Amino acid sequence: MRERSWTAQRIYMLIGYAAAAAALFCAPLYLSDFRLNLLAKFLAFAIVALGLDLIWGYTGILSLGHGVFFGLGAYAMAMYLKLEASGDKLPDFMGWSGLANLPWFWKPFESFWFAAAAGIAIPALLALVLGFFTFRNRIKGVYFTILTQALVIITTTLFIGQQALTGGTNGLTGFTTVLGYPIGSPDTKRMLFWVTGAVLLAVYLMCRYIVGSRLGKVLRAIRDGENRARFIGYNPASYQIFVFVVSAALAGIGGMLFVLHVGIISPSMMAIVPSIEMVLWVAIGGRGTLIGAAAGAVLLNYAKSSFSESYPDAWLFFLGGLFVVVVVFLPKGAVGLLGKIKWPKRRRTGHEQQVRHSAV
Amino acid sequence: MSSKSVILQCKEVSVEFDGFKAVTGMNLELARGELRFLIGPNGAGKTTVLDVICGKVKPVSGKVLFQGKTELTRRKEHQIAELGVGRKFQAPSIFPSLTVMENLEISMRQQRGLLAALRARMTREDEQRLKDQLQMIGLERKGAWRAGGLSHGEKQWLEIGMLLLQEPQVLLLDEPVAGMTDKETHKTGELLRQIAAKRSVVVVEHDMEFVRNFASKVTVMHEGRLLREGTMEEVQRDARVAEVYLGKRRVELDVSRSTA
Repeated sequence: MRERSWTAQRIYMLIGYAAAAAALFCAPLYLSDFRLNLLAKFLAFAIVALGLDLIWGYTGILSLGHGVFFGLGAYAMAMYLKLEASGDKLPDFMGWSGLANLPWFWKPFESFWFAAAAGIAIPALLALVLGFFTFRNRIKGVYFTILTQALVIITTTLFIGQQALTGGTNGLTGFTTVLGYPIGSPDTKRMLFWVTGAVLLAVYLMCRYIVGSRLGKVLRAIRDGENRARFIGYNPASYQIFVFVVSAALAGIGGMLFVLHVGIISPSMMAIVPSIEMVLWVAIGGRGTLIGAAAGAVLLNYAKSSFSESYPDAWLFFLGGLFVVVVVFLPKGAVGLLGKIKWPKRRRTGHEQQVRHSAV
Repeated sequence: MSSKSVILQCKEVSVEFDGFKAVTGMNLELARGELRFLIGPNGAGKTTVLDVICGKVKPVSGKVLFQGKTELTRRKEHQIAELGVGRKFQAPSIFPSLTVMENLEISMRQQRGLLAALRARMTREDEQRLKDQLQMIGLERKGAWRAGGLSHGEKQWLEIGMLLLQEPQVLLLDEPVAGMTDKETHKTGELLRQIAAKRSVVVVEHDMEFVRNFASKVTVMHEGRLLREGTMEEVQRDARVAEVYLGKRRVELDVSRSTA
């Protein structure tokens, strides 16, 4: 159905989008440098959430391992920053570990553009290999989810163990400049904020394109009935691998931007708890809607930072409680609530049915 | 029957599940344009034969030849579907969260690759085809409905519509009228007649009344083997068939009556 009329709902939505985009890009005008930096970090998380929503919300595959893809992107960028901060010398932690020469695989990361490309390509490649072996062998549901958890444990153990190469538990930090600009200066921060906003917008539009295309419909069809899609003639494995790779690449992009804003990446930031938290952003914001996933990431992290300022211990209880409430009462997340508002002259699309998502 | 007009051939197909012989040495030849009914008591292996043809189950021995040359048992389900073998399962299986139109759209015969799906645009002809199909299955007013909200019968018709848009050369239907009201059954029979006019169809069916409405060849299976093949009258007159299938049914009926 290609008919697109200018219904009231559509006009309100476009106005809403434009207002949100305008408010976002003008944020440096009304936010303090500290708050702006926080918001920039949340926007980076929103990119990760969009990727997770593609695979979980639209294709029904739950990955609890996106921290790894996020971390790989973050480490790629951090390696570049570390080399730039170290100048001609060896990065400090390598010296402490008794390393005399820069390891071969660190060398190309002297280039910003190589690092940026690697921050997308490495997570995507890892997802491709993992996806190839799991989806082609029809490993799905909880088994896939458990595999992604194993991936997290393997990766963090590896990063902690190889202290001389990765900085170990401390991770990589102590950055000074990015492309020659001082990384801590308000001007650079503002620029980085705009870059992040622009990337988020581009990613959002790309995801909308994917979801709106026939490929997006096939993804939802696979979520509803993988076998049925197979007997129509689609090969679900290639679609699942595709969406896993895209979502890993997006997590990598989010990770790279995260490091630029926060100035540190360590194995604990790609471990199990952050991986699960990412899924919660999507669940609470509203999976199966792109705007819900992105808004979920921003709002939850905003709540987290303001909550932790006053009650640092209570945050996890609050998050857990919120998750239970959403799962029990709002299966479509916060966005599902908005959907219940009756719009004037709304095009009726049959019953207001609950979409049955496969739970895992 | 010349081999040219044969579209599907099962040769000595045997299937085992953990040592249990579900199908033994089954032979089946389907002519181009034929409508064939596959009947037999529960557990006779009818559905398993369909599963073998569409690639869901791999036989331990035997061959399935499509158009006289393509060996189906070595291919994957989606490849067999692409070759032109459509399958309808017993329970209606549509995509509940997609609209009726979207269900039809993705079923339509087309390139199934990733890039093709990403770039696919609806042409005017496509749209017309979908609308015609919608009309044929009697859901023209429900194109924008979520398919999950349709009634049982409507779901079955939607699924038949999806299968037809796939433009298969061979259509495998598993109990298409199970659980339908009399009116729905009648309508499905009409649909089936239209479908069979253009392609070869194999129907697994329990409802003998329904089968009698069609003057077609019937294949009777019993305990995984071919028991008898012929017209409905021939089959009904056969003593063995009466014993294992029709007779047994009568006995069951008597038993259920006496215990009621």
